[in-house]
Amino acid sequence: MILASTLTTNLAILVLAGFIGFVVISKVPNTLHTPLMSGTNAIHGIVLLGGLLIVGLSGNGTFNKIILVIAIAFGTINVVGGFLVTDRMLEMFKTKPKPPPGSGEDDGKGKSA
Amino acid sequence: MSAVPLATSFLQDQSFLDVLYIIAFGLFIQGLRGLSGPTTAVRGNRIAAVGMTIAVIATLLNVNEGNWGLIVLGVALGTAVGVPAARQVKMTAMPQMVALFNGVGGGAVFLIAWAEFRRDGSTYGSHTVNLGGPLGGLSAHVGGVSTYVAAFSVFAAIVGSVSFWGSNIAFGKLQEILPGRPISLGSAQQIVNLVLLILALAAGVDLVAGAHSELVFIGMLVCAALLGNAVVLPIGGADMPVVISMLNAFTGLSAAATGIALDNTALIVAGMIVGASGSILTNLMAVAMNRSIPSIIAGGFGGGGAVEGASGAGEHAGTVRSTSAADAAIQLAYANRVVIVPGYGMAVAQAQHAVHELTKALEKRQVEVSYAIHPVAGRMPGHMNVLLAEADVPYDQLKEMDDANPEFARTDVSLVIGANDVTNPAAKNTPSSPIYGMPILEVADSKSVIVIKRSMNPGFAGIENELYYDPKTTMLFGDAKSAVSEITAELANI
Repeated sequence: MILASTLTTNLAILVLAGFIGFVVISKVPNTLHTPLMSGTNAIHGIVLLGGLLIVGLSGNGTFNKIILVIAIAFGTINVVGGFLVTDRMLEMFKTKPKPPPGSGEDDGKGKSA
Repeated sequence: MSAVPLATSFLQDQSFLDVLYIIAFGLFIQGLRGLSGPTTAVRGNRIAAVGMTIAVIATLLNVNEGNWGLIVLGVALGTAVGVPAARQVKMTAMPQMVALFNGVGGGAVFLIAWAEFRRDGSTYGSHTVNLGGPLGGLSAHVGGVSTYVAAFSVFAAIVGSVSFWGSNIAFGKLQEILPGRPISLGSAQQIVNLVLLILALAAGVDLVAGAHSELVFIGMLVCAALLGNAVVLPIGGADMPVVISMLNAFTGLSAAATGIALDNTALIVAGMIVGASGSILTNLMAVAMNRSIPSIIAGGFGGGGAVEGASGAGEHAGTVRSTSAADAAIQLAYANRVVIVPGYGMAVAQAQHAVHELTKALEKRQVEVSYAIHPVAGRMPGHMNVLLAEADVPYDQLKEMDDANPEFARTDVSLVIGANDVTNPAAKNTPSSPIYGMPILEVADSKSVIVIKRSMNPGFAGIENELYYDPKTTMLFGDAKSAVSEITAELANI
């Protein structure tokens, strides 16, 4: 019974996570969409865990081991590359707050003297 | 199974693992929230990376078998490829880099599903077998559960494979290894796609129902692979960002499915969040380009449309006025207000620094300069902002389309640098144009327009631009970087 409920629990988690995804993401401004895409891209590299879990089990034949090493390598590329590249992109935004005189809000640009 | 003695250690306690996973996905959510603002984004990304590190460590604590050599090998290989790629990629090549990283993620998903099938496929469709270790593979096997597990695993395999191959094609197109133009089978395309999809699904159903045949599994992977190719090949370069975003969402969903198959909460949550966010982003991009997602997937955009557009353009192939850097400099120097419209052409020419120099020179002359950024300028939403941020252009000079458009009417000179389709008035005036209805930057409203462009070749979408024939428009032909530098040099002489 407990085991059977695992599936429903997992489905509930799935649905809730979907809503969280919608809520969290819908607030991101246009300008950050590329880094966002890259950042979420890095997060789905979490499939790496699947590779780690299965390779950690007994009874993998040689071919399975090869497949899993490739899968782990792929997952690692996805995670490490994804986070690094996102970081590089975002660092460029970070250098930008050097015009503090211009203040955050620049409502309409019709303020020419 | 083995390593039972260690299972008593609290580090390997299932609840402890679950807590670590909960912390990990809490950090993912917090990290993504951080990504919602330019000032918190860097931290947000790092928070998510910390979450990932925790999830990986938690998982490694529970690896019981002595397969550490394989794990180290896989991680080392991945790091050796991923780190230099991420460090060295040019900002202009970012879209294809994302495509590639997304592709390998999808690749990992289908390989994992395959390995899983090779281990446990003989139990697919049966309802009583119990196997797997403490976390192991298919841990819930009572009642009909293993059927669901098999179904999610098969889903992950199909979607992962589609994502892997589709992303690779997207990479090839953006990297210009493959032609950007749509490659399709014409009207047969959709039937072929449908047949491939049905075949992949049929194989999947067969497996879930208990066909213990690896041949069927491989056949399913092959059909999914062909489908991934067949879906993306007919899509023109201009739609590629939408496709990458969609495939990003797909990979997320397939990761979530893997999570259900492996009963792994961290995978479910992280995968699903990516699936949801990727879907939103895909939709936003499609809206910005006035394209519907079904019609993008149905394929062939740019193919038929380009022919139509080209023949339409034949009519007004009227006069194009070209100008010189010196004339352009004079025009700009005596303007009160200049709006720069950057496009992908600026990025390829690496002209963003030169453009920033020009801006500074103009500002010294009391010219008011701002940048109008189309939502899909560059090749992905926000791509242009990244490129301009790289060149230290102040954030508050960048105007988004809705803010920029009303301002064109009181703009003296619009300087269009390597942008094309996003300024094309055909999107407003020509119902037969394939981009009709796409929101554009209304450059044609300004008093005069200078377009810097390499040649009269049509843009990424393959459509002629009426703007170039407008009497207000002058063309400055040349490489964006050298043209802009020349203008800056001429400014100094005025």
